[in-house]
Amino acid sequence: MALLVNSTALGENTWLRVFFGVSALNFTLRASVPLILGAMSGILCERTGIINIGIEGMMLAGAFAAFVAKTSTNHWPLMNSLLFGVAIALAVGGAMGWLHALFSIRYRMDQIISGTVLIILAAGISAYLFDRNAVAEGKFGAIPLPGLSQIPVLGEVLFTNPPLTYATLVLVVVIHIALFYTKWGLRSRACGEHPRAADTVGINVNRFRYINTIIGGMLAGLAGGFLVLEAVGQFQEGMTAGRGFISLAAMIFGNWMPFGAMGAAMLFGYTQALQNELLLAGVTTVPRQFVSMIPYVVTIIAVSGFVGRVRPPAAEGKVYETEGGSE
Amino acid sequence: MRSPGGSQLNTSATPVLEVRNVTKIFPGVVANEDVNLHLHQGEILALLGENGAGKSTLMNIIFGLYHPTHGEILVNGQPVRMKTPRDAIKLGIGMVHQHFQLVPVMTVTDNIMLGDESVKTRLLDRRAVAARIRELSQRYSLEVDPDGVIEDLPVGVRQRVEILKALYRNANILILDEPTAVLTPQEIDGLFRVMQTLREQGKSIIFITHKLKEVLHIADRIMVLRGGRVVGEADPKRATQQQLASMMVGREVILTVEKGPAHPQEVVLDVQGLQATSDLGEPALRGVSFQVRAGEIVGVAGVQGNGQTELVEVITGLRKADAGRIQIGGADMTNASPRRITHGGKSSHVPEDRHAYGMVDSYSVADNLVLNQYYLPPFARAATIQQDAIAEHARALVEKFDVRTPSIYTHGGSLSGGNQQKMVVAREFSRPIRLLIAAQPTRGIDVGSIEFIHNQIVAKRDEGVAVLLVSAELDEIMALSDRIAVMYKGEIIDIVDRADATREGLGLLMAGVKHEPVQ
Repeated sequence: MALLVNSTALGENTWLRVFFGVSALNFTLRASVPLILGAMSGILCERTGIINIGIEGMMLAGAFAAFVAKTSTNHWPLMNSLLFGVAIALAVGGAMGWLHALFSIRYRMDQIISGTVLIILAAGISAYLFDRNAVAEGKFGAIPLPGLSQIPVLGEVLFTNPPLTYATLVLVVVIHIALFYTKWGLRSRACGEHPRAADTVGINVNRFRYINTIIGGMLAGLAGGFLVLEAVGQFQEGMTAGRGFISLAAMIFGNWMPFGAMGAAMLFGYTQALQNELLLAGVTTVPRQFVSMIPYVVTIIAVSGFVGRVRPPAAEGKVYETEGGSE
Repeated sequence: MRSPGGSQLNTSATPVLEVRNVTKIFPGVVANEDVNLHLHQGEILALLGENGAGKSTLMNIIFGLYHPTHGEILVNGQPVRMKTPRDAIKLGIGMVHQHFQLVPVMTVTDNIMLGDESVKTRLLDRRAVAARIRELSQRYSLEVDPDGVIEDLPVGVRQRVEILKALYRNANILILDEPTAVLTPQEIDGLFRVMQTLREQGKSIIFITHKLKEVLHIADRIMVLRGGRVVGEADPKRATQQQLASMMVGREVILTVEKGPAHPQEVVLDVQGLQATSDLGEPALRGVSFQVRAGEIVGVAGVQGNGQTELVEVITGLRKADAGRIQIGGADMTNASPRRITHGGKSSHVPEDRHAYGMVDSYSVADNLVLNQYYLPPFARAATIQQDAIAEHARALVEKFDVRTPSIYTHGGSLSGGNQQKMVVAREFSRPIRLLIAAQPTRGIDVGSIEFIHNQIVAKRDEGVAVLLVSAELDEIMALSDRIAVMYKGEIIDIVDRADATREGLGLLMAGVKHEPVQ
């Protein structure tokens, strides 16, 4: 459909252009990237048994860290400065993940509360330290992939993107393979489903949980870095605007599977694109507030309609105590 | 070639496993005291003991989960130190846990290789593992499908997966912790055949149980543990159930229930034409009719899955009846709420799955003991719970029903199975009732507790309570019932008086064979 609209006379129709135009599809991908990364973060944590409701906070912390890193290295060559921003976003996200793991595992804090604490922490600190006069100069630009970007429509949508977008799409494949076809993935999932079974065959459950929660934090931090370094170019207070929670919804909607979650994230991203395109094209007389509601309404419907049909990891949210210690 | 049947083994050879003078002291408790044990190649050693006798502690020491306070362990004559199960696995010791350590959503292959994965170019080599599983399952006649997902498999097959898990890790010594507790009679027979195959192939097995008949059937040698000590060994060829039970419990145990003749009074439970549907949407009850009178025990026998579970659920209000009528004490209770049935119907229910329906694991013993009447005075006044009354009630019941618990505030879930069941029985038996529904009341519990619960059931009958007993153990049905109803495919195929019932006759009925009385 998208091919037809963008390459034939069908493109004359405003409505079809709103729904399927290159601009709508590009926007979809851009809106989806942070959601995909957030959902991957959730998958890594929850598959090993740690509920991560703090993705929003990890994302915001990553965004703010990336912004600070970028503004303080504005005098560096642009690419170095941007990559430094990415590294710092990963590090701070990872630190948030470590904090979450520490609270949840060492101090046996309720994981929902620990996640909420992280959200509040990130919101508070970033607002307090935010220097409103600071300006980040420059952001990642699109890198057309040679050859592939020449494909009509597809080339424009998929193969003419900035680096973090490519990285995200690759990450989904990598995480899928890692989870289901490697030793690490098998052991991680066992920790999330039946930690005692993992323990009796000599797997250190809590070590897996620490490591995966830290990696999950890094991915959420990267999502924040994407917002600052690739999408917007600046930081704003509370700029994650619920994306962490929508990621969580995408993870659930996608049944804790990387590709499923990516599909769900893209659906949510598409609704945001639609909202945008509808307003820009001015084709509807519906008050804009209602149009702005579309992404959230779709999220609610998707999650409430599917939540009974998906199946979370059996041991998520439960503290695991080793056998010798508890008996 | 080894000669089949490990009983002809050479006892002068070095034992594959030897435990010397092992003592394990937990803070305040001596769990094992000066225990000696040896296991030879190709031998099935049964470790018999009541719950809390120290069997599990001893096995956890052998499996590297606990470290002995004194004493040593030798494998093939060499003293060994095991820090974790990993060390035990390396030494060729495998354990099949009572609660299976399998991930339900994963395949058989994934579960078996977990922790000991086969890898090709950094990716899991599932095909190689599956091939190895097929080979092992053929050699030991442990039939499984490597691609099956655990949660879809029957309990008996899951157990085979657990055994394969140990064999995959090259275990020569297998510890089977209460392996028969969760199995149906047919599955138990299957397990015994597997154990015999393993013995023929030179594996050594420690078989933990408290079921006397099984021990006499399968073991080459029997060791009895009581209070953390070895109280004796027995030869299964000569020992009797009676002797073993006395050794286990430390006193004479009456295995047959002593009861006088029944004096049935008026009809209390009247079930007519009951029909219901199973969870799978198939007809589970196809017109069941029977009556239970005050002062008699009616036993419901049958192979599991012939509608017994659904029958109890419908009578107790946990499942909807599609058709038919239930009266308790003359009042219509068809599809009434469970509370109306327990309270208005003055009935009690000992459910077959105590963890799902009988108790709240995370509640204290005291709270568990008032689950059926916490809303009534003296336990509740207006909207408040009266802790003092609940505690007093709990102390009295713990004493009367011999529930062994460190305190009435201990979590119910941390008690042993037998004591949990006694707790449920204490709660259900201690109200004025006229109908008692007991489903599998002694499943998975020790001999001492079984004896106690059986006597309590008979005592209730003699008080004039109508008792409906559902059990998968034919021995239990025969021991307790005054009349026996046999269920087959959702119907009561026949009801016979206990005096006329024979094991063979009931067995035929359970298989659906009904002989018309000869005129």
